[in-house]
Amino acid sequence: MENLAMETTERSVIERAEQRSAPPPEVEAPMACTFQVKNLSIWYGEKRAIDNVTLDVASNAVTAIIGPSGCGKSTLLRALNRMHELVPKTRMEGTVLLHGENLYSSTVDPATVRRRVGMIFQKSNPFPTMTIGENVVIGLRLNGVRNQRFLDERLEKSLRMAALWDEVKDDLHKPGTSLSGGQQQRLCIARALAVEPEVILMDEPCSALDPIATAKIEELINELKAQYTIVTVTHNMQQAGRISDYTAFLYIGRLIEFGPTTKIFTNPSEKQTEDYITGRFG
Amino acid sequence: MQFERAHNHTWRKIKSGLACGIAFVSAVLVISPLGLVFFYLLVNGAGSVNWDFFTKLPAPVGAVGGGMANAIVGTLELLAFAGVIGIPIGVLGGVYLAEYGSARINSFLRFLADVLNGIPSITWGVVVYGLVVLRFKGFSAYAGGLALGLIMIPLILRTTEEVILLVPNGYREAALALGVSRWKTIVHIVMKTASKGIITGILLALARVGGETAPLLFTAFGNRFWNHSLSQPIAALPLQIFTYAISPYDDWHRQAWAGALVLVTGVFCVNVTVRILTRGRTASVV
Repeated sequence: MENLAMETTERSVIERAEQRSAPPPEVEAPMACTFQVKNLSIWYGEKRAIDNVTLDVASNAVTAIIGPSGCGKSTLLRALNRMHELVPKTRMEGTVLLHGENLYSSTVDPATVRRRVGMIFQKSNPFPTMTIGENVVIGLRLNGVRNQRFLDERLEKSLRMAALWDEVKDDLHKPGTSLSGGQQQRLCIARALAVEPEVILMDEPCSALDPIATAKIEELINELKAQYTIVTVTHNMQQAGRISDYTAFLYIGRLIEFGPTTKIFTNPSEKQTEDYITGRFG
Repeated sequence: MQFERAHNHTWRKIKSGLACGIAFVSAVLVISPLGLVFFYLLVNGAGSVNWDFFTKLPAPVGAVGGGMANAIVGTLELLAFAGVIGIPIGVLGGVYLAEYGSARINSFLRFLADVLNGIPSITWGVVVYGLVVLRFKGFSAYAGGLALGLIMIPLILRTTEEVILLVPNGYREAALALGVSRWKTIVHIVMKTASKGIITGILLALARVGGETAPLLFTAFGNRFWNHSLSQPIAALPLQIFTYAISPYDDWHRQAWAGALVLVTGVFCVNVTVRILTRGRTASVV
């Protein structure tokens, strides 16, 4: 609880006052939270995709969201940086707090949310008209950064963090699409890191990759969590087990179980979780 | 003995060959007018296409020689003016249809654009005659350019919309997820990715209106001399061809053939440019 309070100290005073007056959320152990999702429900038109989900996302840890297709994993992930709003006719209830700040407050610009909460997609999507180098710094450029030296520094730093620098340092002028699938995905990670977000969301980042490329991305995720909070959606149960510290199991829009990955995988409290993890459905 | 059933194999082969043959003949029939037109233009017009044709004003009746320099320049001026009106409105309208607006309003706007594309071009001439020529009491390059520009708008709008819709959504999402604003995403990512397609649409629209005669009849009107002010009547290649072709003089007929040859060659060159532009499809999506 102390950590939680400290985390919010740096944020707005009003939010903090609300925090104090609110009853303390039940967490198993003291942990710093990046996101606090409270009673979140999301509708696409008439269809309810997320049904009253409440969970806290721990800082500097990997949280995996698992569940069968169509259970709302991606929607929940996208609600964390307001990307789900791109679909017309979405409606939401509840709140999502990032370090105590409500992402959905009327004064918040979705673009600023997304600058702080980056995203990696299932299909790697480097911009086809740009070189490798341009791809990495385009986020900074379009956000108004002009200083070439700063851009060059950030380019190298981001590519190093994405474990891609050694492979592409001599080919920065080549098109981003000339890289292999796994390299393209790491290029996308570098592009997301370049704008220095606080959180990285990953929507099945390895599902289009071969095992070797997947292993590299997983290793990278493990390294990145020292500095970033990572939330990932995955279809692959073994992957969730390998890379995540916390696991959320979602089924038809409901959060069935959420807790440390070791507990979810070895001693789940819910029957449905056990059935899904042992492969009885999904 | 499953293979026994294939006793009608020969008959199938004949049918297949027949279908292939008919398709081939149809294809040749479709292409042949182009070859015939170009051949006929070459035979009749090539003799009159010379240096004078590109550099001299039309000669008075009876005098030999002369050229269509004023008409060629006039057509370029009219196209430039039409482009100033048609390109920004068409491109921005296409962007709106593809990226903004509600589905219902957009399908209505799309329908309207298709209706506009179907309006006979002479109608635009009459409209501009009523709106501009009568009001300002005179034929002018402005009026001609406006008529051509109005024809270009729905053409460019629809092609721009189509190529922008071809840009995969993943690129938009990637840019938005970097905290880039919607408008910057559209300009720097989406339109840049679709730029070849947009330019292709613009060039094809220019080629299309470059050959229009009807909308210029009561707007640009035509001019046998150099145009010194855009508020004065201006010559255009199609207009000049029209005037010369219906004249009773053999010399003018030859000039008309030459003009047609130059015009068709110009349009052809634009189309070849478009081909070259769209060849490197691998680098970008459209």
